[in-house]
Amino acid sequence: MRNKFGERVIETAIRFSGFAIIAFVILIFLFLLKDSLSLFRVYSFKRFILEQKWLPISEPPTFGIVPLITGSLLVTVGAIVICVPVGVATALYIAEIAPGYLKTILKSLIEVLASIPSVVLGFIGIIWLGPFVKNTFHLSTGMCGLTSVFLLAFMALPTIISISEDALVGVPRMYKEAAYGLGATHWQTLWRIVLPAASSGIMAAVMLGIGRVIGETMVVMMVTGNAPIMPKSILQPLRTLTATIAGEMGETVSGSDHYYALFAVGLILFIITFVLNFTAEVFLRKGRR
Amino acid sequence: MSFETRISIENLNLFYGEFHALKNVCLQVPKNNVTALIGPSGCGKSTLLRCINRMNDLIDGVRMEGRIVIDEQNILTPGTDVVALRKNVGMVFQRPNVFDQSILNNLKFGLRIHRQMRSKNETKDLIQKCLEDVGLWDVLKDQLRKNARELSLEQQQRLCIARVLLLKPEIILLDEPCSALDPIATLHIEELLRVLRERYTMVIVTHNMQQAARASDYTGFMYMGQLVEFGVTREIFTAPRQELTENYITGHFG
Repeated sequence: MRNKFGERVIETAIRFSGFAIIAFVILIFLFLLKDSLSLFRVYSFKRFILEQKWLPISEPPTFGIVPLITGSLLVTVGAIVICVPVGVATALYIAEIAPGYLKTILKSLIEVLASIPSVVLGFIGIIWLGPFVKNTFHLSTGMCGLTSVFLLAFMALPTIISISEDALVGVPRMYKEAAYGLGATHWQTLWRIVLPAASSGIMAAVMLGIGRVIGETMVVMMVTGNAPIMPKSILQPLRTLTATIAGEMGETVSGSDHYYALFAVGLILFIITFVLNFTAEVFLRKGRR
Repeated sequence: MSFETRISIENLNLFYGEFHALKNVCLQVPKNNVTALIGPSGCGKSTLLRCINRMNDLIDGVRMEGRIVIDEQNILTPGTDVVALRKNVGMVFQRPNVFDQSILNNLKFGLRIHRQMRSKNETKDLIQKCLEDVGLWDVLKDQLRKNARELSLEQQQRLCIARVLLLKPEIILLDEPCSALDPIATLHIEELLRVLRERYTMVIVTHNMQQAARASDYTGFMYMGQLVEFGVTREIFTAPRQELTENYITGHFG
């Protein structure tokens, strides 16, 4: 009898933790939604989403999220363009080419890479990468989109590498045997059989990488220049959704329109990352089938 | 026993690290016949089979001594063109290992890697011919874009054989090709082997003695890495010369 009771306690505790997670996600969403709606009562949602200017302390203020979304999108796309090919190639090397000892070293190095605090990367961006970008492209400032693109790509790499590598290692041995048996070379086997078989896992890795990049705050706050204007190119200072919230939240009056506008920005960000993670999950499931 | 030799295995020794897996194996594989290799698990029959198309190269720490001669070439020399060898010596595996792609792509894979894609019509004719050979054309001709993994296991295994035939090999190695199939499907595949025998030299590894008796012309019995006896299948099964062979065939061990 006692055993049975103990088991039920544990079971209930575990079930509670599971449901708690779901509850937290829903509560955070409701919380963001509630405060965002406070803005949309005085400032139309349509203007918020379409207006091309973010001037929160002008009189009257303009809360246009377009430049911020554009800024986030620009650095995200830029980072993905760099880190996806590099990340997948690295994963392929670790999973299929590197000899055993190197594999171990590389994998633990990538874990170290993942554990570098983003503020340290931002630091490197300010004192080294920023000036480098400035001199290379002859800009007036190195604090611009491109500098953060490099750092963000670097930050997303560990995620992309380790999840892609899992997907590649998970490709059944028999596919490879079949390919070799038909006379395929190592490279043909990798390119035509292993990569396609792992593609859904790799897609998931890319999605999670994007999620990581778009949600990153510290690095972009330190090196993008934080100018909330429509960026015309990646070589200009810009500002992302995350940096806007982090930078302005401390200066607003609690309960003001500006305050609620930042929550609305948070809501948009939440929806974007939610969709990305959800898509990644769909791809991972498809891969497991 | 008189036949034309297609593969000549001479004093073959194979080591997995320290383990001596094949001991001084000598075997002449007859041309355009089915040769079965039987023996208890771990006797080295699959290992021997995988020497003939150098599949053992994929395993770390394998060392081979001796000669395997195909077309007057010792294929164990380091300079051997393994790609060409595997094209000429096709292999069918234990579990049907179709790729997780369309039937068409499964077939085209071999042509692509060997740069033998012809004009559309020529390729189509080639594919039709091979699917006819394995008895799949009538069933599958309208669904070639279907994922090959959705086929039944028997159809998958037939597709694997078609994939090998498409490269026009002269020798086909079969590593327990029916072990994942039910008895009816097994009989169908054996029938197919009987038809293909006219054109190909085949070596089949099987742990199923009835299958060896039904489907092969010659049989080799292996035990502990050695080839104990080799001869015409009927003789091996009715009048083996070695006591070990007799004990295995009558089911005393295995």
